[in-house]
Amino acid sequence: MRGLISLTSGSLFGLGLLISGMVDTNRVQGWLDIFGDWDPTLAFVLGGAILPMAVAWRIAERRRMPLKGDAFPVRTEQKITADLAVGSMIFGAGWGLAGLCPGPSFAAISFGGWQGILFVVSMAVGMLLTVPAKRLSFWSHRGA
Amino acid sequence: MIEQSYIYGAIGGLIIGLAGAIYLLGNGRIMGASGIIGGLLDGSGRDTARDRVLFIVGLIATPWLALILSGTSSSTNITSDPVVLIPAGLLVGLGARLANGCTSGHGVCGISRLSLRGIAATGCYLVAGGVSVLLFKHILGVI
Repeated sequence: MRGLISLTSGSLFGLGLLISGMVDTNRVQGWLDIFGDWDPTLAFVLGGAILPMAVAWRIAERRRMPLKGDAFPVRTEQKITADLAVGSMIFGAGWGLAGLCPGPSFAAISFGGWQGILFVVSMAVGMLLTVPAKRLSFWSHRGA
Repeated sequence: MIEQSYIYGAIGGLIIGLAGAIYLLGNGRIMGASGIIGGLLDGSGRDTARDRVLFIVGLIATPWLALILSGTSSSTNITSDPVVLIPAGLLVGLGARLANGCTSGHGVCGISRLSLRGIAATGCYLVAGGVSVLLFKHILGVI
């Protein structure tokens, strides 16, 4: 059952990315291109996606546990850490450069071509580099 | 005038939100693409590996099937320049895992929960993305 839920969710996510045009790197870069030919489509996508999610969070508050699982995700300490800010800025820089973020990059593989695969492989390497990067993290004050 | 792309954007967005709602209410997990993938790579999500793999299978297979069945063609307009693709991928992977989330986790799932961290992260990557396009497109002219 959990597997079916995951498959359904991933499928709808991919379908939504396709329909919304978010697999099109021009559209994403168009949204970020506020000094050029600005394309506001992404705001409609984000707004549309937030609506059902907001309802889902309200339902989750009223229920003790999910359909198949032990508990709902607990709210982490609401602290804006250096890792959060610096990481998001690094992520944003790459997002603007290629017009792809993790979800659409996987959906982009389904279009064929080596470009999507090269991006995803590079992204995987970047993800694995996070472990040593967190140890260095010169931007944060914790550790020596 | 409302452009057609805005309507498709909103419809697609609703479907993305529905996907997140199913993942949350069904599995009790936050639908964050970088977390789902990253947890498989570094082993931190070993317990839920099957959920993660099936999510990714759906994410790749469904747009592919939809394109075939509808007979439409669509393009990602992705660049063929490895000098752009490789650093961009590295930055996206490193940054999203460092921040513990990307557009789906912090953006869609975080903002809808009114999470301060999600909202702050979204602010940071939107500004950085805007600066990135300004720099690489308009100033350096590499994209």
